[in-house]
Amino acid sequence: MKYRVSKLVTLSQTFSFSNSTRFAAPRLSRQRWLSPLALILLWELGARTGVIPAHVLAAPSTVTLTAWRMILSGELPINMLVSLGRAMAGLAIGLVVGSTLAIVAGLSRAGDAMVDPPVQMLRTLPSLALTPLFIVWFGIGETPKIALIALGTTFPIYLNLYGGIRGIDPKLIEAARTFGLRGADLIRHVILPGALPAFLLGLRFALAGSWLILVVAEQINASAGLGYLINNARDFARTDVIVVCLVIYALLGLGADGLVRALERHALAWRPTLLKA
Amino acid sequence: MSLVKLDPRSPLCGTAGDSALHGPEDAPTARLAVRIRGLNRRFGDTVVLRGLDLDIAEGEFVALLGRSGSGKSTLLRTLAGLDPADPQTVNASSNHAVVFQDARLLPWKRVWRNVALGLTGPDARRRAEAALREVGLDHRQDAWPVTLSGGEAQRAALARALVREPRLLLLDEPFASVDALTRLRMHGLVLKLWRLHGPAVLLVTHDVDEAITLADRVLVLDDGRIAAEEIVPMARPRDTGADFQALRRRLLRRLGVESSEAGPITEAELIAYPTGEIL
Repeated sequence: MKYRVSKLVTLSQTFSFSNSTRFAAPRLSRQRWLSPLALILLWELGARTGVIPAHVLAAPSTVTLTAWRMILSGELPINMLVSLGRAMAGLAIGLVVGSTLAIVAGLSRAGDAMVDPPVQMLRTLPSLALTPLFIVWFGIGETPKIALIALGTTFPIYLNLYGGIRGIDPKLIEAARTFGLRGADLIRHVILPGALPAFLLGLRFALAGSWLILVVAEQINASAGLGYLINNARDFARTDVIVVCLVIYALLGLGADGLVRALERHALAWRPTLLKA
Repeated sequence: MSLVKLDPRSPLCGTAGDSALHGPEDAPTARLAVRIRGLNRRFGDTVVLRGLDLDIAEGEFVALLGRSGSGKSTLLRTLAGLDPADPQTVNASSNHAVVFQDARLLPWKRVWRNVALGLTGPDARRRAEAALREVGLDHRQDAWPVTLSGGEAQRAALARALVREPRLLLLDEPFASVDALTRLRMHGLVLKLWRLHGPAVLLVTHDVDEAITLADRVLVLDDGRIAAEEIVPMARPRDTGADFQALRRRLLRRLGVESSEAGPITEAELIAYPTGEIL
């Protein structure tokens, strides 16, 4: 009984806590916006007074105006889509390869012995170090860019999903077996859902990685994409265009992270951390 | 009124001390839910079970006592089919279900889906709901397992076992991790469900009072075999009278605990046992 009561108290504390944070949130976030805004104002002031020359860093107002012009002309959306397409294509390949390898290694002893050692060895290679080799193999078109992203995203997916499968409580598997679950049913109802949190964590790492690799890969003789825009802008010392592209990189990364978070909220609704939130 | 099982097919329908209960030698017609002859189990150099014999009649409620590491759980795992066994040695009803000490609900499935785990057919949900209603948990059928209390989780695990209408129900210290009051309620619930569905029950426990309160027959596992057997003659619900105390002392002595060490019965138990029903 005592236990019940204390649990209730904790629950009500949790609720009141979340309520108070919800009410306090706007005030808190207003405070947190202050210093970035001040920095932007300082930056604008510096540009206007000539302390920061335009060829070093364009003023925020100029950057905004350039962004607007680039959106209207279609230059920004088109190149953004090209970059996004590369990242997604690479990620999709990495997802399929990484998941397949992890499932093979996670579910069978033979698969583990065959797949895990080489993957563990290869993952120590920084994937960007393979850029020269990939250029030799795949030329300077789209293939090496996508291949680099695919390689860089395979490992976080593999490592997390493999760890997730191996980390499932054997007691749960045992219980499911006593209720007649075997083979495919066991994988579908117990192993894959159990490994899902780890997989989604891997997906987040993979997304972050794909962005990083995209930036570098797009420096390889691109004729479209954000990297191409940046390279061009560099040749003409257009710091405003460079900043616009950097902001887009940041926004895309933020959006991707938000997407996985939303996916987690939906798919992992059963987790205690999400239930309390 | 008598609370001995009412099912006329049950071998328990006679007096509780009826010798028809045990052993095919005594009653060759009695149908058995479990028949074990000469079961050996060893882990490395440690012999856990040596030449164990065990019969459980259909519909019989048997409690198995033993010290930690006496092989109670090993025996139960064997009956549950989790450890491979020679069918010549171990013959247990294939229609069995297990309730573990920890409820072992899949945290990513809502309660009713946990109950319906492995069920096939379009009426799986209806059957799961019915089972949850029986354990008084129908209002939590859409809850996530992590939001259940310890007692609720065990009731869900009980529903998950019962929904399969097992002929053999294996209970592996299912009440060990719930608080004392919840445990008393669970005792009443298990008895009610046992009377209703009539499976053979093997309850593995280290709680002597629990064993005497619930079972038709109490076994003590020691040194890898059944070292003692006590028929519980009292009619249910059982109060903690002189018979209860005498049986308790005998069993505790078998387990190597002298009665002076055993400690007094708690007040809550004294209040609850006279009824034996759900509080």
